Amino acid sequence: MTISIRGLLKGAVISGLAATMALTSMPVAAKDKIKVGIVSFLSGPAAGPFGVPGRNGAELVVEALNKGTMPAPYNSKGFAGAQLEPVFVDESGGNTKQVAEYRNLVQKQEVDAVIGYISSGSCLSVAPVADELKRLTIISVCGSPRLFEEGDRSHVFRTTGHAVGDSVAASLYVRDKFADAKGYTGINQNYAWGQDSYKFFDLAMKTLNPNISASEKPQFPKIFAGQFGTEISTLSLDSAELVHSSFWDGDIEAFVLQASVRGFFKEKQFISTLGASAVDRLGKKFPKGVVMGTRGEYGILIRRGGSALNQWFVKAYRDKYGAYPLGPSYQYGQAVLALKLAMDKAAEKAGTFPDQDQIIDEFKGLSWDSFGGKISLSQGNGHQAVHPVGFGITDWDDEAGEPVIKDVKFYPSECVMPPAGQTGLQWLEAGMPGSTCLK
Amino acid sequence: MDTAFTILLDGLTYASYLFIVSAGLTIIFGVMKILNVAHGSFYAWGAYCSAYFVGQFAEMGLPDWTGFFAIAGSAILVGAVLGLLIERVILRRMYDQEEILIVLATFGIFLILEDVILLVFGVNPYFAYQPMAYLGSIELGGITRDVYSLTLFALAVVIAVMCWWGLNKTRWGLLLVAVIHDKEASMAMGINVQAVSVATFVIGATLGALGGAYIAPTVSVAPGFAVDVIVLGFAVVVIGGMGSIPGALIGSVLVGLLRALTVHKMPELELFVIFIVMSVVLMFRPEGLFAPAKARKI
Repeated sequence: MTISIRGLLKGAVISGLAATMALTSMPVAAKDKIKVGIVSFLSGPAAGPFGVPGRNGAELVVEALNKGTMPAPYNSKGFAGAQLEPVFVDESGGNTKQVAEYRNLVQKQEVDAVIGYISSGSCLSVAPVADELKRLTIISVCGSPRLFEEGDRSHVFRTTGHAVGDSVAASLYVRDKFADAKGYTGINQNYAWGQDSYKFFDLAMKTLNPNISASEKPQFPKIFAGQFGTEISTLSLDSAELVHSSFWDGDIEAFVLQASVRGFFKEKQFISTLGASAVDRLGKKFPKGVVMGTRGEYGILIRRGGSALNQWFVKAYRDKYGAYPLGPSYQYGQAVLALKLAMDKAAEKAGTFPDQDQIIDEFKGLSWDSFGGKISLSQGNGHQAVHPVGFGITDWDDEAGEPVIKDVKFYPSECVMPPAGQTGLQWLEAGMPGSTCLK
Repeated sequence: MDTAFTILLDGLTYASYLFIVSAGLTIIFGVMKILNVAHGSFYAWGAYCSAYFVGQFAEMGLPDWTGFFAIAGSAILVGAVLGLLIERVILRRMYDQEEILIVLATFGIFLILEDVILLVFGVNPYFAYQPMAYLGSIELGGITRDVYSLTLFALAVVIAVMCWWGLNKTRWGLLLVAVIHDKEASMAMGINVQAVSVATFVIGATLGALGGAYIAPTVSVAPGFAVDVIVLGFAVVVIGGMGSIPGALIGSVLVGLLRALTVHKMPELELFVIFIVMSVVLMFRPEGLFAPAKARKI
């Protein structure tokens, strides 16, 4: 019998194909453990107010889910039965470093999923790489609407709302509480987040508060500038009464310290979309009467009361870390909840431990009860979350000796977010058609 | 009129901040020819120590004005300890190396000291607002200003006068000028160049730490907040002329006033103004506006 080389090759190809088909149709073996990269700022100026509270929120929820000690409906143990092993990674160092760190997590550490990213720069840089490497990536905090507006994403999900919702809700709060204000201006950091936030606020104001005129000199200081003396002077000389700001990290704290001494908050109505971390950190030094948001149903807006799940989260966080959970703690925690829910559902449907495609199928359009309320991935082809966004006014509780927020109002997602298929900018420029809050 | 006065005050206040930050940098470069990236660490450590001690004083129930002693003490402590340590342990061994290697060494020191800050002080910000709150506010040019920022201007004037007096009217200053002009000739004349270098480095480090310590009450002292200071300090020193105290002063005033003008009149240009000034100066005077004259060796 003679065997030709062509015959051998044909045999090898057929056997290879058969083996591949057999492997792909086999159920994925149950896993005891999954590895998940958790990325947040662990150093640099954003670590204290954002990165570390975010990391802590994720750690707390992961530990409770691994042990099965969370309240219903999350009281089943593990993630599709597997224990989650977190790999914490520092987000500081710039976008190029983040892309390298992401590749390292996926290709060398072989994580099953990645949760995190606070900075808009980081999430916009990492998202295309996540699709390229085909690894499930859950963006927890980053607020740039461009994440899903610049194209569909296959492996990326965002479990929190974006800057359009924050800016529209701030403008609605102005309509409800300060409709007679004389003019508005802003002080925002000079990069994507700050510029987008003010642009969205400006457009929303034109629709919702057409009688309040815009200043010609909104301020855009460099991010982490720290010194705002000149900007405070300019804002003080401006006749605009309302001052919008999406400052975060040390910048909001430095601004409040420098502006307070100059009596700025007595002359102007300050509207902060993201400064809640400073309320706790500065305590009684933080001025009363500032309009404050937390980008959703998070942090100081809901820390008193709420659902049993929220009460558990606040107590467990305080017991473990000695402080109240901040907005990022909620956002990282709810991203972990979403992963668990998608994995559990996928496992139930598959009847075995799910593979990544099955998890992604369940993730698309997922809706779940988080600490603050319901969150739905109803935009970006089922990849982008929507939820209500709230604002209130800062105050001090003498009895409890801690800051509080009064006059809290939440605006539903159908009111503050653009409908599916439209970019935030198009929707705002068109006058927010379809928003349930238009009178 | 009010706006012009406000721009002038804002500009001078920011210029004071820039001058305090860059004075130490330019002194060290002038004498030792070291482009000291670790200057940002002196600033950061000064700020952290100041914020820590001001906070401790407040917790002990001491009056707010005692915070000024914490600021001065922190600057001297950081300048003396870190300055001596870095000069004696690391830089002393590198004087024969190329300048670029010494720059890399100071960059390494900066990175290490940034991480040590995280180890010692953690990631949470520190606040030391008591001295600023103590001095209160005053109405000038139609708007309320905090007195503390105005004292920054006074501090910058004191530092500038002391530098001028120290360099021109004291024996030590004359020795320093001799070393700046020609190290070898100074050694030949019997000047202890090593002692001059150590003293200069410690003074430069103390000035850097003083910048951070004095700014601490106005900011959130958090990890990484010194990175920008190095960039600003270098820009001012390059504009004024490396190693020139009057250059640092004029460079600070130029940048401070132009920045204030743009923030008030064209805020969108604020981010670039310092670098526009630097580019223009470098195009026409690559050695900076007031670079010290160099002796021509025959």
